[in-house]
Amino acid sequence: MAATIVALIPLFLILYYLVHKGLGAWKPTFFTTDPTGNTFFGGAHIGGIKSAILGTIEMVALAAAISIPIGIGVAVWLVEYGRDSWFANTVRFFTDVMTGVPSIVFGLFVYIVLIVGTGSTYAGYKGSIALALLMLPIVTRAGEVVLLLVPNSLRESALALGAPRWRVIGSVVLPTALPGLLTGMLLAVARAAGETAPLLFTAAAANATSLNLGDFMNSLPVQIYNDITKPTTAVVERAWGAALTLVLMILILNMAARLLARRNRLA
Amino acid sequence: MTPADPRSKVVDMDAEHQPELQPREAAAPEAPADAPVGGLRQPIVPAASTAGGQAPGETPATAPAVQVQDLRAYYGDSLQLKGIDLEFRANEVTAIIGPSGCGKSTLIRCINRMHEEIPGAHAEGRVLLGGADVYDPSVDVVAVRRAIGMVFQKPNPFPTMSVFDNVAAGLRLSARRRDNLDEKVEEALRGAGLWGEVSDRLGQPGIGLSGGQQQRLCIARSLAVNPQVILMDEPCSALDPIATLKIEELIDELKARVTIVIVTHNMQQAARVADRTAFMLSGELVEVGPTETIFTQPSDPRTEEYVTGKFG
Repeated sequence: MAATIVALIPLFLILYYLVHKGLGAWKPTFFTTDPTGNTFFGGAHIGGIKSAILGTIEMVALAAAISIPIGIGVAVWLVEYGRDSWFANTVRFFTDVMTGVPSIVFGLFVYIVLIVGTGSTYAGYKGSIALALLMLPIVTRAGEVVLLLVPNSLRESALALGAPRWRVIGSVVLPTALPGLLTGMLLAVARAAGETAPLLFTAAAANATSLNLGDFMNSLPVQIYNDITKPTTAVVERAWGAALTLVLMILILNMAARLLARRNRLA
Repeated sequence: MTPADPRSKVVDMDAEHQPELQPREAAAPEAPADAPVGGLRQPIVPAASTAGGQAPGETPATAPAVQVQDLRAYYGDSLQLKGIDLEFRANEVTAIIGPSGCGKSTLIRCINRMHEEIPGAHAEGRVLLGGADVYDPSVDVVAVRRAIGMVFQKPNPFPTMSVFDNVAAGLRLSARRRDNLDEKVEEALRGAGLWGEVSDRLGQPGIGLSGGQQQRLCIARSLAVNPQVILMDEPCSALDPIATLKIEELIDELKARVTIVIVTHNMQQAARVADRTAFMLSGELVEVGPTETIFTQPSDPRTEEYVTGKFG
């Protein structure tokens, strides 16, 4: 009990400071204007975080579009085909290793391969690739766990009806596991949305909003990272406001994931 | 529907290998009753097209017999079925009894090749359905399973599907014969004695039904693909006595159109529903015969000990 309270103290302090300092920065224009880059004089000139919010959404969406199909595909293969074969176990092992890789390593990898290696520069899609690498093991592992929860008797009765295995997977296994799979996907998205390190030297930072994933792209974590080191009070405040925004976005994703988990027919 | 339509890939494949078993008209849907008994050639227009809606004048089609010959089943390297020879007669109910672990379930899972779905498991020997070996390399396992339906121990409707979709699942999953879905679903539900209870809630989830209804839904699901044989693996073990009674009555009706093999732990049930009973012990067939003989004058002392309750 005492330990629980001790553990809760930092949590509440974080939330308190986040709301206390972050709400101060929230003004209508905070969400509708891009940061100006003019951080020296402070005041109203510094702009908001529109480009960071949109950049995060764009890059995470692309990362999800890359990692979710692959991750679910791998999970399906592991559960339905690979099972206990040595190759399946090797894949599992490396998936676990990937889960434990520090996120900055993914950023570094993409930096070396796609930026140094190609002699080009930062781009939003390169950030997405780094995030996708980060999400891939999470999606795969969550997917595998959920697919394993689908009772074997359902597969068997579908097979016994004369359905080919791929139809059993498509029509029975995946629909049955869907709520759980969505939960895993949302948690992976939430994890990626909060990552700074993979984006620092892949997508870099920008001021202007861009809908082109080939451009430099701003994101909430990187915006916070940059702002918090600035000497101007208003800019540091903007970092708090951005942090509160990011936490709320992730909270919403997590709540959606929990709601879906509750609807899960398997748990 | 053209007359050639039901001639699936499997049909052609079998026709090549066993032309004498495969007269062309056999697959014509207009004359299902003329089709030779059984076989895997045309699992989609089998005997059981009589399901509830038989045209007047047609003679009731018969289901094929199943012959198991020297069947050995393995889990990994361990031999579970040690060479079974057994015939399941056409349009009869054959019960398989025996203590837990004797291989009853393994045996019936070998008949529709579900045994091999278990990682590491395989079977050797022959299982003849109306003369065709289901283990023949040219036979499509999907065709085997469409011809030989299966009902499992626990009722297991697909949880994401409505009552209707559950019954339609077999037809949809096989990606052919999607026409007249409504009719076929109704036919199957009537066949399973469930139509009256669920006709007004076809759109509701299948798992919302009671346990006994769910099991009959599972029977309807396997009936919908018009199997020639239905394997039942302790279909009543999770049900209350009234639901059990309904299933038993249903089994009695169904044997007019399909050959039924039922695994049961309940000897009274075997006595009630089965025409013939087989007793298994430790992966071997001890004795098979008319149910009454097995229960009253078994020829093997082990059978007598088992049916009189001395062990098992």
